[in-house]
Amino acid sequence: MRDFSYLRAASVDAARQAAALPGAMLLAGGTTLIDLAKCGVAEPETLVDITHLKGLNGIEVSERSAIIGALAKMGHVADHADIKSRFPAVSEALWQAASAQIRNMATIGGNLMQRTRCPYFRDPANFPACNKREPGSGCSAIGGVTKGHAVLGTSDACIAMYPGDLAVALVAFDAVVHLGQSQVPVDDFFLLPGTTPDREHAIEPGEMITAIEIPGSASARRSTYLKIRDRQSYEFAAASAAVGIEFEADGRTIRDLRVALGGVATKPWRARAVEDALKGKVLEPDAVRAASLLAVEGATDHGANHYKIELAPRVVARAILKMGETA
Amino acid sequence: MTSLPITLTINGHRHELEVDPRVTLLDLLRERLDLTGTKKGCDRGQCGACTVLVDGKRINSCLALAVSHDGAQVLTIEGVAHGEELHPVQAAFIAHDGFQCGFCTPGQIMSTLGLIAEGQAGDDPERIREGLSGNICRCAAYGGIVEAVLEAQQQLAKADRRTAA
Repeated sequence: MRDFSYLRAASVDAARQAAALPGAMLLAGGTTLIDLAKCGVAEPETLVDITHLKGLNGIEVSERSAIIGALAKMGHVADHADIKSRFPAVSEALWQAASAQIRNMATIGGNLMQRTRCPYFRDPANFPACNKREPGSGCSAIGGVTKGHAVLGTSDACIAMYPGDLAVALVAFDAVVHLGQSQVPVDDFFLLPGTTPDREHAIEPGEMITAIEIPGSASARRSTYLKIRDRQSYEFAAASAAVGIEFEADGRTIRDLRVALGGVATKPWRARAVEDALKGKVLEPDAVRAASLLAVEGATDHGANHYKIELAPRVVARAILKMGETA
Repeated sequence: MTSLPITLTINGHRHELEVDPRVTLLDLLRERLDLTGTKKGCDRGQCGACTVLVDGKRINSCLALAVSHDGAQVLTIEGVAHGEELHPVQAAFIAHDGFQCGFCTPGQIMSTLGLIAEGQAGDDPERIREGLSGNICRCAAYGGIVEAVLEAQQQLAKADRRTAA
C-alpha cells in the first residue's frame, strides 16, 4: 500500500474541504477502498476518515420517504423494520449483498461509490491497459475473459459491469442521492462509460454523499429483489432484478410497475420498456415473459457473457410473477 | 510516515499504541501484539479467516485500518474462553468436528459469535449457512460447522434460561 497521510474529519464541511484537495479520498467502511489500495488500484495521498462524524447514520422512515444517512451500515439498513416493510426490495438487495462481516463494515454512501469487480481493472500489474484506470490505455476485457462483463450500456472503451445490488433497488424506486444541499437522482448519479469510463459517478471533488432518500410508494411496498448467481451466497449477480408492482382495485390490472436490472449492465439499469409494456395490462404469465424480453433491448455480448442476455429477462419475469402471486 | 496515537481495548485490555495509518487491524493484532490466533487468509475480505468482533459486531480485520478504529472494543479468539473453560461455541466445534486443518476455525468461531448475537439464524441450517457464507473452509468441514452452531445456540439459550430463572 502506498504511503498516505491520514486526517480524521471533524465535520462534514471539513471533510468536504479536505476531500477537494488533489489525491484525497474519503474513507468510510473501507471495504472497497482498502481492498483497492492493496491491489494498487487506489493510490490516495490523503485519506479523509469520515467514520467518526456524528449524525450521518440515521434511518428515518415516514409515509413519504425513507432517508438513510450515508454512514448507516448495510447490515443495519437491511435489518431495519420499516425498510423491510415499506421497501422490501431494498432490504432484500442488502441481505443478498456481500457477507455479514462486510455488511457490518460497509456504509450506504460507500456502497454507492464501490468500483467495478472487472478483474482487469483490479490487476494493474498484469493488465496495464484499462481505460477506467488509465484513460486512453485501452481495454483488456474486450477480447479477454468476459463471463462477468456487461451486456448493456457498454462502449468501445469499457465493458465493466456495475457490481452492486442496493443501487439496483434504488434506481427502480426513483431514489435520490443527497450531496449536502444538492440532490441527484440515483439514475443520473451513475454514469455510462462512453468515452470516459474513468468517471463513474456524478460527484465532484469536494462533494460528499450525506444521505439517500427513497420516495415511498405502493410499488416500493410490494417489491422484491431476485438475485441469481454462480454460488448461493456471497457472490456477485449473474443477473438480478428489483421489481415493484401496484395493482388497480381489481387486484389484476397493473397500475404501476418498476423494473431494474443488476449484474448485466455498466450501471444500475432501469428497464422502463418492460414497465411501459405492462402498465395498464392484466398480469398474465405469457404477457410478462414477452414484455421481460424488452429488458435486454440493445444488448451486445462479448462472447462468454452471452448467457446474461438470455438470463436477465427470465429473472425479470420470475420476479414480476412472484410479486403477482401475492396479489 | 508519521505514526498516530490510538487506543484500543482488546480482549478487555486497554492498549495505547502508535500506528502507521496503513496498518490494518489484522496486522496490528498479529505483528505488533502477538495475537496470532486471528488468521490472515486472503487479506482481501473474501475468506473470513481474519474475523474479529469490533464493538460486538463481526468484521473482516484485514479491511479495517487500525487508526480508523481508535477507541474500539475488539474481541479476538484469544479472548473467547474463560481461562481454561472453553466457550460453548468452541466446545461445540470440537464436539462436532467443525474443522479439519483448523486455519479458518478462529474466524469461523468469531463469525458464529457474531451470528448468534445478531439473532438471525435460529435453528434453520440454511440460514446458518447463509449467515456464515463470509467464512470459507477449504477443507469443507461445513457439515460439522453447521451442527456445531446449532448445538452452541441451544447451549447458550439453555444457559440464558437458567440465568433468567
